[in-house]
Amino acid sequence: MENPLARTPEPVETVDASPKTPELVPAAPVIRLDGLSVTFGKRPILIDLRGEFRGRAIGLLGPNGAGKTTLIHALLGFHPPSSGTAHIFGRDIRTDAKQIRGRIGYMPERDSFIANMTCVHFVRLMAELSGLPPDAALERAHEALFYVGLGEARYRKLGTYSLGMKQLAKLAQALVHGPRLIFLDEPTNGLDPPARQRMLELIRQIRDSGQASIVLSSHLLRDVEECCEEILIVKQGRIAVYCNLEEERRANRKFLEIETRGPREPFAEAIAALGCEYALTTEHRLKVVLQDGVEIRDLYRIAAEQQVQIRRLNFKRDSLEDIFLKAMEDGNGSL
Amino acid sequence: MAVYEHTYKPYAGPLTPEWSRFLIIPRHAYRDVFKSKLFTGFFALCFVCPLVMAILVYLRHNVAALAVLNLKPGDMVSINSGFFQFYSAFQSGLGFLLTVLIGPVLISRDLANNALPLYLCRPFSRAEYVIGKMSVLMILISAITWVPGLLLFTFEAYLEGGSWIASNYWIAGSIFAVSWVWIILLSLLSVTMSAWVKWRMAASAGLFGLFIISNVMGLTINGVLRTRWGSLINLTVIMKTIEDSLFRDVNTMDLPQWMVLPTSAAWIMLGLFLAFCLFLLTRKVRAYEVVR
Repeated sequence: MENPLARTPEPVETVDASPKTPELVPAAPVIRLDGLSVTFGKRPILIDLRGEFRGRAIGLLGPNGAGKTTLIHALLGFHPPSSGTAHIFGRDIRTDAKQIRGRIGYMPERDSFIANMTCVHFVRLMAELSGLPPDAALERAHEALFYVGLGEARYRKLGTYSLGMKQLAKLAQALVHGPRLIFLDEPTNGLDPPARQRMLELIRQIRDSGQASIVLSSHLLRDVEECCEEILIVKQGRIAVYCNLEEERRANRKFLEIETRGPREPFAEAIAALGCEYALTTEHRLKVVLQDGVEIRDLYRIAAEQQVQIRRLNFKRDSLEDIFLKAMEDGNGSL
Repeated sequence: MAVYEHTYKPYAGPLTPEWSRFLIIPRHAYRDVFKSKLFTGFFALCFVCPLVMAILVYLRHNVAALAVLNLKPGDMVSINSGFFQFYSAFQSGLGFLLTVLIGPVLISRDLANNALPLYLCRPFSRAEYVIGKMSVLMILISAITWVPGLLLFTFEAYLEGGSWIASNYWIAGSIFAVSWVWIILLSLLSVTMSAWVKWRMAASAGLFGLFIISNVMGLTINGVLRTRWGSLINLTVIMKTIEDSLFRDVNTMDLPQWMVLPTSAAWIMLGLFLAFCLFLLTRKVRAYEVVR
């Protein structure tokens, strides 16, 4: 029986791969969570997750044990939902798991290989298991290995690979069959800085090609910040924060972080009287968003009037770290 | 995603039929299996018995050749159900040795290398994975049991003519059925052992041990309690009973009549044993083991 996915490729799949083509963003959400819950025995691991994700690169963040990997496994169909469900490209993971897996690539966190195989043989086997005919699988295996930078080492046995090479081999097997969604579980684990940069560069290239969406699970905020457009922060099995990092970056106004000595509250109220928003943060610090027409010299003038010393003054934006730390502090959990 | 382009591009070509994908596993497994000269030699030796039996069949019908060898047709073995039953039993024994050689590593290597998530994250189910692994053995054992067996039967039928076929056609079915009972038992037992026992030697020993220990225990229970029901745990007796029934033969093991197991009981026990193996496989063949 012919796979219908092969016969009726959607426009998204057949458009020429010119980089950064905005029309390639799928119309249906890449992932939709509909009250997805997963329990192991009686232990709830994921609790009533809801949301829609449409970005080309979705970052999954959370402390260890938060449920990031379980969420990926549930979406792959490894763990059946105890209640609720999820949809990937509009297909239900409960009923269409096989069709979904035909469009997904997965790079697991742990070392996962098939023993006694050369890398090209391994990647070819993975391509064939995804449904590619043997000749096409071999061709794509070579291409994928060149793409990730293992072209010269592709005839070596996997057992002889360094950790960085193994990570790249795992990436190659995840994308050899040309999936539309790629799950990357801690792809930079154990990599040295150059290898990490190479891995992140590859992820960005795939993202920018517009041909595949990426879900990147990591506990390294910088990796996610460098690669992702949407962020899902999971904490104790629940969604703690969802934010569209791109929109956040666009909307995120610059603010002034001011370190002061002296009576802070009157100073802040005087700034507010100018029409500026402010927030008191730590004991000596406050954040101020300047309104149009308000200059820094106005702040110094008010400070002099209020007998407040300005010790330090920096323009800043909220970083992903700020968002993450805030998410971890909110609610009943702790870091 | 051409090499020179270095860009990511999805695959939009044709896909293989879903039903045939389990065959990818044996195709790739044979590359490794036949790299071993020991195994290749053993596999070639497995065809000696069918070849010798084909020569016997030929000689039985060739008076000129018998005269050269100074033999009479009566000196030759008769070609009947017993002849083919011996063939089936002998080749099944070789099938067991073949299983011991390649079976124990079929799943254990994948488990040791965490490879199961890589199989199961694709449009490839657990059932297809298990069937694919079993196929590695099923195809090889088929190649040394019922395939040459049916060729041998066809050869004999061709030389004997229509009347022999009319009265012995059921032998072909028996060769096929007995071979498949052994094939299913050995392949399922082997992949189960491979899934649960990590070390190759231990798994090989386990395969031998299962037949030997169940035989000793069954015979002991029969002997001590003066009953036939101890044979219900004796895999050798169960398989022999089924084999005898399929070849319309009775008690080829020459057991005392009170120890002979009813055929239906043998079939039921075999079914239960296979179901238990499947249960064990479903417990172990998972992308990730869940710690509850």
